[in-house]
Amino acid sequence: MSRYARRRVANRIYLALSFAATAVGLIFLVLVLYALLRNGVPALSGTLFTAATPPPGSAGGLANAIYGSVVMTVVATLVGTPVGILTGTFLAEFGRGSPFAAVVRFVNDILLSAPSIIIGLFVYQIVVVPMGHFSAWAGSIALALIVIPVVVRTTENMLALVPNSLREAASALGTPQWRVIMQVIYRAAIQGMLTGVMLAVARIAGETAPLLFTALNNQFWTANMNAPMANLPVVIFQFALSPYNDWQVLAWGGAMLITVTILALNILARLLAGWSNQTP
Amino acid sequence: MAIGTISGQLGRQREFDATFRAATAAAALLVLLLLGGVMVALGVGAWPAFSHFGPGFLVNSAWNPVSDQFGALPAIFGTLVTSLIAMLIAVPLALGVAVFLTELCPPVLRRPIGTMIELLAAVPSIIYGIWGLFVLAPFLQLTVQPILIDIFGGIPIIGLLFEGPPLGLGILTAGFILAMMVLPFIASVMRDVFQTVPPMLRESAYGLGATTSEVVRDIVVPFTRTGIIGGVMLGLGRALGETMAVTFVIGNAHEIHASLLAPGTTISATLANEFTEAVSKLYVSSLFALGFILFVITFLVLAAAKFMLFRLERQAGG
Repeated sequence: MSRYARRRVANRIYLALSFAATAVGLIFLVLVLYALLRNGVPALSGTLFTAATPPPGSAGGLANAIYGSVVMTVVATLVGTPVGILTGTFLAEFGRGSPFAAVVRFVNDILLSAPSIIIGLFVYQIVVVPMGHFSAWAGSIALALIVIPVVVRTTENMLALVPNSLREAASALGTPQWRVIMQVIYRAAIQGMLTGVMLAVARIAGETAPLLFTALNNQFWTANMNAPMANLPVVIFQFALSPYNDWQVLAWGGAMLITVTILALNILARLLAGWSNQTP
Repeated sequence: MAIGTISGQLGRQREFDATFRAATAAAALLVLLLLGGVMVALGVGAWPAFSHFGPGFLVNSAWNPVSDQFGALPAIFGTLVTSLIAMLIAVPLALGVAVFLTELCPPVLRRPIGTMIELLAAVPSIIYGIWGLFVLAPFLQLTVQPILIDIFGGIPIIGLLFEGPPLGLGILTAGFILAMMVLPFIASVMRDVFQTVPPMLRESAYGLGATTSEVVRDIVVPFTRTGIIGGVMLGLGRALGETMAVTFVIGNAHEIHASLLAPGTTISATLANEFTEAVSKLYVSSLFALGFILFVITFLVLAAAKFMLFRLERQAGG
């Protein structure tokens, strides 16, 4: 075989392998989604959304867990987003090039990938222990701590994309800096920032580890933020590992609900980001 | 308008400016304190265990809540081995995905396929857990593991890795699931760093008659070496701390076996399983100590990853 032919064959093999690797990745996604639909659809029923988690052997739903997840996600987003946006603003607008900002940026990137169970331990130590009991507040705080680094990252990136001429034009009209940022820069970057918040919501909607030692779980309906509260991820964890068939069915139903919600949020966020990239 | 009111207005605006600036700086400081706070809180929680067991805690493999004997070795061992398996599977796959997306894929499909790979990263850990428990583990137990035992079981030394009955749950299964979970993270970093290669370098190589595989091997990979390592470390950081998926499939046994088919545990799985059931003070503190060890390991790995990626960024910028 000539040298040229050999190189061509080697190239073909290499490219086929890289194609195969991508196919493997996509097949994983399809397999997971298929299993979720196959096992999750039978769990769909009217009572899934109206009845509370049942004791083993009787009928029930996930209403209390869905409620708990929604409430804690909303509270965590409301707490985490402002802190994240302010920090991102500092990094992009005030701290450019300062050593303090460099350290904050580095720490934020570490927090972004730090194990979420560590956040759970931290919140247990600073909230649950002093309060003396598990609570939905503690769970919300743990989730808020996960929201912050995601929002910081996207906010900084989006503000950095805003052209400097906008800042200069606004300042040249005599606009004070806080107005420049709030009314010009934020307005130019709002879609990207919104994308970041949606990605953060998608991230915490399925987080389980930080809730295990903070919000714990609850068999019953409660709207009391000061008490342990049921939430979808921890209920899935408990029910999937139980030996009871009807609990496992509910776990699959919850898993499907969470995944569909999160994938929809992700795709929406991407569409929003793509749309904002095209409008100048 | 009188001069006085204008200067008053200007003064007020300056105050607003200062307040806004201080608010953003305070938020930034909060983020900084958060990391410090995590370290201190874990350290305080872990202190009783560290002072009671001494450095021996790290190498002791006992884990007996009844007699209050705790050692971190089985959990550390499981954490490292599962992450290693995950990296061995995920890194070559991620490289393939990145090469496919940057060199091979028709531009129309680039975004959809890239997005689908990234969606793999968006699926929460617990979903991989329930899938691993009910779908992957039975499949491995009935199909893959018997074949592995047949092929490798008889070979000396390597055979030790595949000793024992096919349980389905264990170190190997956990490594498998972890590989699926970190693949998208590594692949998307690699794709991004591959795109930093100046088109001129790539085109000159093609112009000299290099094939695509030669361009990747001799131009793209050497140029982005630090970035690739950074991406791999980022994936490793994720794999080390992954909790829920591993908890479902690892078998949760505080044991160290040479066999990859045997059950084991990781730091995060131990925390998830035992923390709310821990009664004695020393038990809780030992779990905090495990958390502290995990935090230190992931911090070092992630810091190294950031450093590598930062170096590539500077190289690409300058």
